[in-house]
Amino acid sequence: MSKKYLLKLYITGRTPRSEQSIANLRIILERELDDEYELEVIDVLEKPQLAEDEKILATPTLIKKLPAPVRRLIGDLSDTEKVLLGLDLKRLE
Amino acid sequence: MKESQGIEKLQTYIPGLDLIADGGLPKGRTTLVAGTSGSAKTVFAAQFLAAGISQAEENGVFVTFEESPEAIRRNVKGFGWDIEQWEADGKWVFVDASPDPAEEVTIIGNYDFGGLLVRIEHAIRKNGAKRVAMDSVGTVFTRYSERATVRRELFRIIAALREIGVTAVLTAERNEEYGEIARFGVEEFVADNVIILRNSLEEEKRRRTIEILKFRGTYHQKGEWPFTVSSGKGIVVLPLSVIELNQSSTDQRVHSGNEELDKMCGGGFFRDSIILVSGATGSGKTLLATKFLAGGVARGEKALMLAFEESRPQLIRNSRGWGDDFAAMEQAGKLRIVCTYPETASLEEHLLEIKAAVEEFRPNRLAIDSLSALERMATAKGYREFIVGLTSFVKHGELVGLFTATTPTLLGGASVTESHISTMTDSIILLRYVEVYGDIRRGIVVIKMRGSGHEKEIREFTIDAQGMHIGRPFRGITGILSGNPIQASADEMERLDELFKTR
Repeated sequence: MSKKYLLKLYITGRTPRSEQSIANLRIILERELDDEYELEVIDVLEKPQLAEDEKILATPTLIKKLPAPVRRLIGDLSDTEKVLLGLDLKRLE
Repeated sequence: MKESQGIEKLQTYIPGLDLIADGGLPKGRTTLVAGTSGSAKTVFAAQFLAAGISQAEENGVFVTFEESPEAIRRNVKGFGWDIEQWEADGKWVFVDASPDPAEEVTIIGNYDFGGLLVRIEHAIRKNGAKRVAMDSVGTVFTRYSERATVRRELFRIIAALREIGVTAVLTAERNEEYGEIARFGVEEFVADNVIILRNSLEEEKRRRTIEILKFRGTYHQKGEWPFTVSSGKGIVVLPLSVIELNQSSTDQRVHSGNEELDKMCGGGFFRDSIILVSGATGSGKTLLATKFLAGGVARGEKALMLAFEESRPQLIRNSRGWGDDFAAMEQAGKLRIVCTYPETASLEEHLLEIKAAVEEFRPNRLAIDSLSALERMATAKGYREFIVGLTSFVKHGELVGLFTATTPTLLGGASVTESHISTMTDSIILLRYVEVYGDIRRGIVVIKMRGSGHEKEIREFTIDAQGMHIGRPFRGITGILSGNPIQASADEMERLDELFKTR
């Protein structure tokens, strides 16, 4: 069974914080998942209805759709350890 | 062009609120509505939108932080607001910012509420909303622990709403009824306009009040005002004494129900007046009220009886015993009898029911038997407010109102009701027992008749199967009203006459 990760990152415009979160995330994903992931970056300013559909409050918000369970991470994702934990890429030791 | 002094107001159409708010909420601004748990904040927020849609064709956006949209739709159905229908019609849009209990959320690093702001703006654009409600802000603080961030972002949202030009209501929690304005210091960034809802416990009774703490740059009534939350209506603020005392006075007289009493009053009662009938239990108050109503009906008027002490069968039986057929009058649609246990509702709710009964039945005269039954179940403050509301309502409607009150002692003394409301009534009639040589007789006297001369004598009256018969004045007895009737001797009578003789 494919353990492909499906991730959606919601940002509010291309601000320094948005860029930061994207950059942080890409580094982590490249290292941990190689190619086994799909990341969609959605700018809520351009697609407000998608923000409504997913009930996005804070930005940046990263939603891990697959594999289950669904998880939400909020913020610029500057703490790698926490991101790994949050995405179930690392077990709590 | 000269700049206007005050800020424009947006009429809310929440009953009573626009009166104490001197027109409505500050237009294009956000007003903070703070209250303890159970103080009706969410109802207020929902009603702000509902009233806009149903009365002013102003669409609304409801941002919910705590309850789910489904819960809100369900909870307000009882007020007659069909949110689902409005959503289908594009008049009401929910922005669901409530937490999903199933989902786990982790916060890593810095963030802002850009997503929320975008969604709110999107919703406002979608239905051209003029009104926005956000309920309630405290939950955001508990979900997102970075207070500085939350405060900054909420401030940003409020600023954005002002930019767009919508009028908004933001609800927030408080811990105490009389303490700091809101939790988390919310009032610091929504400082301009603050309303406080209270649900305080006073002498074992719940009392809901609304207070406009401040409106920057514009006028409003100060202090607390009672309000009710009732099914089918929602919040109704009772602005009571704000109703200006500019009712026009009339010279028109109406029949009191007893011809001798008419004479004692200088020709009958005035049309838009309030008559207080005070006496001990059994002294004839209900009889007088019954005759008052029957007298009106006999002359083609419609009469409304609000009874808080006796049941309908009792009243009808009593009326028959005095020669009137209440049952027949009711059948003919000339009389309506409303019997209520005072304990079933708050005074504010009773006042609203009375108003509703009057508005629906449109009587010419109204009797309440007795005020004392209502006084029992309220605080002094609440009771006085009730009386103010009642009397201004009666005068406004050009009704004649007769209210009975019970004195605590059999022979005399003043009742508490009298001291409370005697300044507001136009006429006061006292019924007193008089002890005369081992007999208990009955006395009636008019002690006040605003705008008219009246007899000063205490007259004796009797009660039989035809009702009340007012006879001659008591002569030779002093001290009736004080409860210590004393026979004056013939000598004393002469001496008194001498004292007051003109030369």
